[in-house]
Amino acid sequence: MSNIQSLTYFLPELILTSSAMVIILTDVFFRGRNRNRLIWLLSLVALGIAAIFLLLQTTPPDAIFYGALAVDPYSRFFKWIFLLATVVIYVVSPYSRELDNNPRHEYYLFMLLVVFGLFLMASALDLIIVYLSIEIVSIGSFVLAGFLKQERLSNESSLKYVIYGALSSGVMLYGLSLLFGIAGSTNVFDIQAALSGVPDKAHLTLAVALLLVLTGFGYKIAMVPFHFWTPDVYQGAPTTITAYLSVAPKAAGFALALRILGITFGSSPDMNLGEWLPVEGLPFGTLIAIFSAATMTVGNIIAIQQSSVKRLLAYSSIAHAGYMLMAAAILNAQAVSAIMFYLAVYLFMNLGAFLVAIFIHNRYGYDEIEEWKGLGFQAPAVAVAMGIFLFSLTGLPPTAGFVGKVYLFSVLIEAQQFWWLAVLGVLNSVVSLYYYMRILKAMFLDSEPTGERISGHPALSGTILLLMIPVLLFGVYWSPLMNLVRSSLEFFSPGM
Amino acid sequence: MDAYFLTLLVFLPVLGGGIILLVPRERADLIKWIAAGFTGLQVLLAFWLFAAFDRSSDVIQFAVKAAWIPAFNINYHVGVDGLSMPMVFLTALLSFVSIIASWNITKAPRGYFSLFLLLDAGMMGVFVALDFFLFYVFWEVMLLPMYFLIGMWGGPQRQYAAIKFFIYTLFGSVLILLSMLAFYFYTEPHTFSLIALIQEAPKINVQLWGMNIKWLIWVALFIGFAIKVPIFPFHTWLPLAHVEAPTAVSVILAGVLLKMGTYGLLRISYPLLPDETIGFATFLAVLAVINIIWGAANAIAQTDLKRMVAYSSISHMGMVLLGMAAVVSSSRSGAQAGMNGAVLQMFNHGTITAMLFLLVGVIYDRAHHRYIIYPKDYEDEALRGKPGFGGLATNLPVYSGFVALAFFAGLGLPALSAFISEAMCFIGGFTAFRTLTIIGTVGILLNATYFLRAFQRMFLGQPSEKWAGLTDMSIREIGFMAPLAVIVIFLGVFPRPALDIMSATMDRLIDLVTLVSQVAVQ
Repeated sequence: MSNIQSLTYFLPELILTSSAMVIILTDVFFRGRNRNRLIWLLSLVALGIAAIFLLLQTTPPDAIFYGALAVDPYSRFFKWIFLLATVVIYVVSPYSRELDNNPRHEYYLFMLLVVFGLFLMASALDLIIVYLSIEIVSIGSFVLAGFLKQERLSNESSLKYVIYGALSSGVMLYGLSLLFGIAGSTNVFDIQAALSGVPDKAHLTLAVALLLVLTGFGYKIAMVPFHFWTPDVYQGAPTTITAYLSVAPKAAGFALALRILGITFGSSPDMNLGEWLPVEGLPFGTLIAIFSAATMTVGNIIAIQQSSVKRLLAYSSIAHAGYMLMAAAILNAQAVSAIMFYLAVYLFMNLGAFLVAIFIHNRYGYDEIEEWKGLGFQAPAVAVAMGIFLFSLTGLPPTAGFVGKVYLFSVLIEAQQFWWLAVLGVLNSVVSLYYYMRILKAMFLDSEPTGERISGHPALSGTILLLMIPVLLFGVYWSPLMNLVRSSLEFFSPGM
Repeated sequence: MDAYFLTLLVFLPVLGGGIILLVPRERADLIKWIAAGFTGLQVLLAFWLFAAFDRSSDVIQFAVKAAWIPAFNINYHVGVDGLSMPMVFLTALLSFVSIIASWNITKAPRGYFSLFLLLDAGMMGVFVALDFFLFYVFWEVMLLPMYFLIGMWGGPQRQYAAIKFFIYTLFGSVLILLSMLAFYFYTEPHTFSLIALIQEAPKINVQLWGMNIKWLIWVALFIGFAIKVPIFPFHTWLPLAHVEAPTAVSVILAGVLLKMGTYGLLRISYPLLPDETIGFATFLAVLAVINIIWGAANAIAQTDLKRMVAYSSISHMGMVLLGMAAVVSSSRSGAQAGMNGAVLQMFNHGTITAMLFLLVGVIYDRAHHRYIIYPKDYEDEALRGKPGFGGLATNLPVYSGFVALAFFAGLGLPALSAFISEAMCFIGGFTAFRTLTIIGTVGILLNATYFLRAFQRMFLGQPSEKWAGLTDMSIREIGFMAPLAVIVIFLGVFPRPALDIMSATMDRLIDLVTLVSQVAVQ
């Protein structure tokens, strides 16, 4: 589709970028006391309009800008996830005390730009866009992670993020250039066509390219061994941003990786077929399975030793990437839908857990598990919500996290492959119980009931309780969410 | 009415728990009465169910089936047969008794009673679920309240006990989860129905690691259930959890939760994997005998009365296992004796062990310790190695009477309920595994040893002046003890009502296990 025609399909993204410019101008010309509020409101309105345009976009799968971006139900599903996560973070940001001494309007601006990058990641069909979108998200995230300028940890977080980010995107770029070298095109469908015809001896090159590309994707989803930035960045960044980074870019990383790897290294260009086979001779499944095993095990084992809740949740988020990679080792329709389902559930439960961390941080200024002592009696509703988020993260019924995990395990068992990985996965769930329960123990078991009560801003507590609803609802009746995922499982392919 | 009966039975406590959460926390009395009211109502329903149950039939009764998640073929399917009926009754009864026994809980009563009711619902759900997914959900839902009940209201080491219990049980559960998914995906059409799987599961033919996956499923399920029973060597969580839990929670743990392990084996492993069950029967019998002897021997070594009772549970659950292993007996009547004895022993042990833990709670409430003999590392050096009590029978005649009854029931005295069920388990075991059973009977002797010795040390002899001021059991305490005592005596003299309920279903289960395997051999 030509550039001008494409613009009508690009309206949500256009809204995001143009409102970012409006915000910059507002920042320059409007110097009133309510500047923060105004820009906050403007951004929320922009997100709302983008959401409306996204809702109106019901066309069949297509590619815009001469095949650079896909507009299909698959990308729309992820865009909804990004929008939802962003709105939640926007709603609570004004009430996070950490951010109080910093210019929040810049923070809102950068978040909008990150959302734009995430949108591109979900629909990229071209290696140039892949690289560009990852960089847009990364650069915005670097700034956001270092947003607390007076805090040493935040500065450290930003710097580490930049260094690791630069290194991994460099490596990924090398992998992309290998692919370009083999295929002579940056379009994934062209590459797929070229790779299917690659003579056998080029398979080593192909395997190396896959590994190098995985470095870049692995960095975004915090896959072991490309996870080293995660704990420090998650700990140092403002908690709102940590929450955001742990959900939205991770989802985008999965969206991008599943599509790009699936098409590029698949034996067919059509992801809609349901059954997926890698290019002959490429040990795709085994490689992902090993990464998955390493990711969940390392994440869980290190999480046990953490005393800071933010670090603990950071390592747990690594482990969750590992669970999702389990299904990616098979990569059929069931696997992709299981990952999509899990990401949607993960959005609610992980955001919820981090928002409770903000609640505590507002009160005490630390995030050590010690500080959580007695929360169960001081703020029972929030503590119970946290309990539900933690049970869901562990994967216990009747919460959505359980259902998500059941779907992930189902993929391996149905495919009758990687049994060892399924067993390792359930054992890892047991390990994760131990450290999640440490938080629960601090909240409920480590102190006696006292009359003291603490309360946060209603917007914060209210959002926490709202996030609890889907976690419980989808744990008992998840058909609506699964139906949404199934209907979103439609990819653009050139044969259409 | 019939159609919603079991649903009501399961979700009534959830409703009660919800109402309790709405009561202001200062109204502790109201909270207790609501909890007692709902569990009391549940007992009445269970009585009604007991009366309406058709004893001559071996099919599922009061069944309800409704689509839950059609895309995954998960149904809300509940029903009772002769295996689950005694367990449902036991659950309702012990929940009510435990609520009454928790009357003096002062710490956060609202949380305590609402969690207790949630636990009640989870247990009830496990026993009526006929869909594997539903079964698993209830099985896991139970863990959450149990963790908090032990961890918040338990003894000095409660936190360690709670997390150990939780991790152990979850470890078992996830293996059950994998087995469940394997059953689902390797049968055609995919189903979680425990009824349909009786037909479909034996047809599974998937190879993994050089063997039919059914053997691995059996082992995974076995570990999951064995941790709950607990079967040696998975029993190490039990003494700690039982000792640290508050009295009423110990009652539930020993009275109901342990039965879920054996119930799971009988409900899932036996009918779904008959060939493997027969293959592993000897293994089961060996573990059963180890359980009987190991539990009893450990109980003898205990100085803490509650620990002693906890270890006695391991021994008694071993007898259940021995009865279950007898399903392979070549004599039909031997298999019948073993299987009926096992289920009857599950019920009887539930009531007897509930009495024992409640009685331990009674003395602990008064004396604030429960040592038969002060341990060698006791903080007060002067007391080390000295008897903890002595001559209690003089001051506490009613209490001593109940203890005597419970202890004698525990050691299997004729005319008390456990005698009949234990005898049946051993008779069944004898027809199938002669030598093993003979070794196992030593356990009866060991059981008598520790119960009689504890009774002698605590209740007979010279009354100790230190404990002269203890008061005898209150009306409330007699109130929750008496129904259990009546059942123990009644079933000891006249076990027919209980056996009638289960025998038809057990016959069918024996047929399922043994006949299917004969077909397979041919």
